[in-house]
Amino acid sequence: MTESKTAFPNNLRYTKEHEWVRVEGTVGTVGITDYAQSELGDVVFVDLPEKGRALVAGEELGTIESVKAVSEIYAPLSGEVLEVNESLRDHPERVNGDPYGEGWLLRVKITQPSETEKLLSAEGYKSHVEEGGH
Amino acid sequence: MRYIPSSPAERRKLLQVLGLDSIDRLFDTIPEAFRLKRPLDLPPALPEADLVQHLSELSRKNLDPHSSAQFLGAGAYRHFIPAIVDHLISRAEFYSSYTPYQPEFSQGTLQSIFEFQTMICQLTGMDAANASLYDGASALAEGILLAHRAKRRQEILIAGFVHPEYLKVVRTLVTTLGIELKMIPAGESGACDVDRVAGQLTGQTAAVVIQMPNFVGRLEDIAPLAQAAHRAGAVCIVVVNEAVSLGMLEAPGNLGADVVLGEAQSFGVPLSYGGPYLGFMGVRMEYVRELPGRLVGQAKDAQGRDGYVLTLATREQHIRREKATSNICTNQGLCMLAATIFMATLGKQGMRELALQNRSRTEYAKAALIKIPGCKLPYPGPGFNEFVLELPKEAIAVHRQLLGKGIVAGLPLERYFPERKNDLLITVTETNSRNQIDRLAKELKGAL
Amino acid sequence: MSVERIPPKRREGLLFEKSVAGKRGCDVPLWDGPEPEALSPSYLRGEIPGFPELSEREVVRHFTRLSKLNYANDEGLYPLGSCTMKYNPKVNEKIARLEGFGEAHPLLPPEAAQGCLQVMADLERYLCEITGMDAFTLQPAAGAQGEFTGIKMVRAYHESRGNPRQVVLIPDSAHGTNPASAHLCGYRVEQIASDERGCVHLGFLKERMRDDVAVLMLTNPNTLGVFEPEIGEICRVLHQGGGLVYLDGANLNAFVGVARPGDMGVDVMHSNLHKTFSTPHGGGGPGSGPVGVKDTLARFLPVPRVIRDEKGWRLSADFPESIGKVHSFFGNFGMHARAVAYILANGAQGLREIAESAVLNANYLRKRLEGVYHLPYTSPSLHEVIFSDKYLEKHGVKTLDVAKRLMDYGFHPPTIYFPLIVKGALMIEPTESEGIEDLDAFVDAMLRIAEEAAEDPEVVRSAPHTTPVGRLDEAAAARRPVLRWNTDPEKSRPD
Repeated sequence: MTESKTAFPNNLRYTKEHEWVRVEGTVGTVGITDYAQSELGDVVFVDLPEKGRALVAGEELGTIESVKAVSEIYAPLSGEVLEVNESLRDHPERVNGDPYGEGWLLRVKITQPSETEKLLSAEGYKSHVEEGGH
Repeated sequence: MRYIPSSPAERRKLLQVLGLDSIDRLFDTIPEAFRLKRPLDLPPALPEADLVQHLSELSRKNLDPHSSAQFLGAGAYRHFIPAIVDHLISRAEFYSSYTPYQPEFSQGTLQSIFEFQTMICQLTGMDAANASLYDGASALAEGILLAHRAKRRQEILIAGFVHPEYLKVVRTLVTTLGIELKMIPAGESGACDVDRVAGQLTGQTAAVVIQMPNFVGRLEDIAPLAQAAHRAGAVCIVVVNEAVSLGMLEAPGNLGADVVLGEAQSFGVPLSYGGPYLGFMGVRMEYVRELPGRLVGQAKDAQGRDGYVLTLATREQHIRREKATSNICTNQGLCMLAATIFMATLGKQGMRELALQNRSRTEYAKAALIKIPGCKLPYPGPGFNEFVLELPKEAIAVHRQLLGKGIVAGLPLERYFPERKNDLLITVTETNSRNQIDRLAKELKGAL
Repeated sequence: MSVERIPPKRREGLLFEKSVAGKRGCDVPLWDGPEPEALSPSYLRGEIPGFPELSEREVVRHFTRLSKLNYANDEGLYPLGSCTMKYNPKVNEKIARLEGFGEAHPLLPPEAAQGCLQVMADLERYLCEITGMDAFTLQPAAGAQGEFTGIKMVRAYHESRGNPRQVVLIPDSAHGTNPASAHLCGYRVEQIASDERGCVHLGFLKERMRDDVAVLMLTNPNTLGVFEPEIGEICRVLHQGGGLVYLDGANLNAFVGVARPGDMGVDVMHSNLHKTFSTPHGGGGPGSGPVGVKDTLARFLPVPRVIRDEKGWRLSADFPESIGKVHSFFGNFGMHARAVAYILANGAQGLREIAESAVLNANYLRKRLEGVYHLPYTSPSLHEVIFSDKYLEKHGVKTLDVAKRLMDYGFHPPTIYFPLIVKGALMIEPTESEGIEDLDAFVDAMLRIAEEAAEDPEVVRSAPHTTPVGRLDEAAAARRPVLRWNTDPEKSRPD
């Protein structure tokens, strides 16, 4: 499934640390944005948490490595890890090619729904990036 | 100054381009208060011939290696080095080049590293090896850090006789991070007591460290120790001081080791009063992302040509900075190349024969020395090229007597074990002739 | 003047690929004594699987051909910033190989190693005089290990005063080994921002200096090649707050013989023998990173230390507050001997000339290249100069491309993408070992590449064209790492 390559899809929410979340009921799918993957360069390895791990919003949950950099991934919302994208073990390049689709990182059971209000909209995230937000 | 290519006239020309009247202007950014008003107080500059003479004189204040017979090892080993090693590493393309960060200009270095990594894996039975570390002691420290990171546990069991200098270095390098070292004394045979070690393993043990052959020259039984470590969820680290032993002893990886590391100075690196030496580290594939130091991997270019490149660099300091697996920024480059050439020159058969010879000569020496009245072997079990000899008298005085006759009779162990005043650690390699060994026995007998 | 590099026609295979069973390169010395009892089979290995079997001739051919795939400092300019790729005097190789040095075992009794001990004592003395520090350790095997040793001593100092403190301050322009070393000593790292000159922002430093700061790790001149003009004040701020100043001595080549870190207030520093003191880089080592301290820290130096008594030189571990040791023996003695030879060959005047020529050469390159390449910082440069790729952006050409194209012109590229505070950094350090001809040739190549970026950017973006291999796919290499040759050929090819 390939989502359109718009850099800032409207149906998603975003963090200042360049993660996106798709909220569907009590389940959130998390990934990194198109901007983030292009800054990182070719992704070579993704280090994700185990199923069942509890997450706290803002806490580091794993790392993404490219040839020249390593970036921490931060939890956009609090919850419990339901599933991680195992295909990234053999195909980490999906994070580059399809960051909003096949390059998804993990699915989370959302335990504090009110936190979604603190996330940025597509417009808000776009402005953040354009202002040179790191 | 003869090493600087520009003449005074050329320097004036450069100054002109810069619009400056004096070289001193270039240092205007250094506050006046800090600029030296006097030349440095150093000896006068020496022309090359005088330089060589002065340092040759100094070198002759050391024991003459030609007129002495040396039976000293304990972590640094005298071995024959084929002439081609020095010849090849002296090629300017190898020694005057830099770290291979620009792979297109450094395929020579990169390929030789890949070959080194491969041969270390072949010798140790590991899946991946790095491009080398500073020395055996820091390699052990790095191995301990790896186990600590991988298992998130604090305790390290040091089983039996591991090199005391290595342990001093490990203590300096790892204890700030809260890692605890627990020493498990060897059994009476000089090798580890497996039950004693197993009994000390807990849920907090990150690794068990075994040296093979150990510091008193005995062979350890790695397999049951590795099994015990694994039952407790710990990493089995095997340390090798005398890399030549790998030519005949079973690869520690085939006996259950997860990490095999140590010192490869024996492979074509001169004694050089303690350095530069050559640490090495190999690991099982599951730990490859935790490996410190440089790694070279295969890669292809756009035309499909095979090449080699530094890889998995994100573990390293220049990218991860404070989260790096280590702060190491270098490998032992030229020493690693010497070892690669050494191993390639000796080859499969030569490595085996070299090891066998070391052992043969050592067993011959053992047999000769225990014939001396009063001399004993505290650890008579299986060994390689080192053993402890117990004298009926204080070893330091005897050692000094023999030194006066041009014989270095091993290492008095009192240096590391103050209660063992009568013990010598004797090392015999292929550089010790039968005559030398016979003479050692004769002179030792005379001194006792 | 440019160097033509014709790449070899065939790929040089691996040792293992050329191996033929039964060949050997060297005979082990003959043993005519008795054979011992065999060891129990459980200790013994079978043959070493896949280990090469080659004749001596083939080994020589192989490594000679491999060497030709390398570019070397002895053949041309190697302008890597902060690496100080200067000339490696050949007499130093001869001296390190003198038998009395090369065959000396580290555990010989001191009376049998007086020559080696004197070399070490002399080097410590010379380094003290050159840097203005009071005592040195020669143990650290490289600069990074020197940093660790230095910060560990800082920690010991603070612990002896009752509070180890928690934080190490490091400028954002620092080399990655600095924070890595600090972290290994159990400290938290905080960055201090640089100001518009590229220097430590004194205001931020004063604000941040509190009693949780153990030490400031500084490189001077910094990684932009700029001397910290307020170094005296910086040291005062740290000292007044009870902290210390560590100097990363990587850039000593800029002012050796002209000024001394010890006089500026530095408490502890490392030097790099493989940089300022000419020991060869060896394709990645071995190096040597001696650490110097002021008297206040001397009691924490690693042991054993070289001391002199009525019998001569010896090694002593009788320093109860020492941090311990960082090397199996005494450090890389082979590099110590080379550095002593270098210092004696130069003398005071020669050392000063090194700094003068190094700074002159760097400023000449700066003058000739500025305007064509963007200068992110206009502060005066000492021994190295940083440019960026800003002016080439509009042609879609990046620093990486310039670096690769330089290889076609027969030059090793400068350091790229470091320091991190400059986007697209190109760090150029010619050292004093370059004459005007080579400098001009390098400038001509750089100017030509800037022209190519405008006229024919694709030739720059797809460079290099004349090297044995082109740009390698590093992403694929990292995704599916192949780190060794395997007897099963299936296992040794990347997907």
